[in-house]
Amino acid sequence: MAFISRGFHGRRPSAGTKLPPGQYETTGFPVLSAGPTPRIRKDDWQLSVTTETGKRHVWDWAGLMALPADSPTVDLHCVTKWSKFGTQWQGVSLDVLLADVETSAEHVLVTSYGGYTTNVPLADLVDGKAWIAYGYEGGDLAPEHGGPARLLVPHLYLWKSAKWVSGIELRQSDVPGFWETAGYHNYGDPWREQRYQGD
Amino acid sequence: MTSVEPGGSEVNDTDAGYVDGNALAGPLSEVFAVDVTTATSRCANCGCTGPLARLRVYKHAPGLVARCQQCGSVMLRATRTRDAVWLDMSGAVSLAIPVGET
Ligand SMILES: [Zn+2]
Repeated sequence: MAFISRGFHGRRPSAGTKLPPGQYETTGFPVLSAGPTPRIRKDDWQLSVTTETGKRHVWDWAGLMALPADSPTVDLHCVTKWSKFGTQWQGVSLDVLLADVETSAEHVLVTSYGGYTTNVPLADLVDGKAWIAYGYEGGDLAPEHGGPARLLVPHLYLWKSAKWVSGIELRQSDVPGFWETAGYHNYGDPWREQRYQGD
Repeated sequence: MTSVEPGGSEVNDTDAGYVDGNALAGPLSEVFAVDVTTATSRCANCGCTGPLARLRVYKHAPGLVARCQQCGSVMLRATRTRDAVWLDMSGAVSLAIPVGET
């Protein structure tokens, strides 16, 4: 029914093909949060990349701003079933951040201010697939959406795009994060509808 | 393996001193039949106690996240998947759940 009315009104004829199974489109930007919103001043902000040998690379806000930025336009897919098309971001590609980091790790645990964690294979964070995003739709990224900076890895469900990102831990072994230990899928591909463990 | 009816009084005591998971069936069905918000919990992080009803529950999320009213740490999480409810109570030392007197 929704498909027919969308076609009938001539709105977004391509929407069907952009929508992963079980999702619906929203034009809003729902705020999901497992806790209070951390308020991190840019002066206090730091992002660390830690390798499996314990070597730590740290960027402060000025350091992040000094790196070349991308302006990706991507679709977002939340496991709570909404999708949002054509969102415009500004941020630094993980390829840039990891360029001088020596590692043979295959797994990443992403950590955030406020204690959130999520695990992602390193292969899903490189080759132009992920960013440390600090701008949204032409402005600063608002705290409720993860500002001052969040991970953006739009080809996976949005819980993998950790808000208020503070650390990238490169690991030899995989370790499940916050939602991955509470019944959600370890990988989270929206196109294969990997919402829950066992999907 | 000895089969025990849910709620049955028999459990399969073994020489190792433990019984199989069927022994949980009775207590758990009772837990989920009562209003757990009246239960008293102890925070694993700060040790404070209080009724579950006083926890701070974040529900605009993929699951329910209940945080300690004192220290803010996660005490309890409940997630509904397709065919299961996942309960994580690793942030709570204990839950005291009022039930009828025996
Ligand atoms: Zn506490």
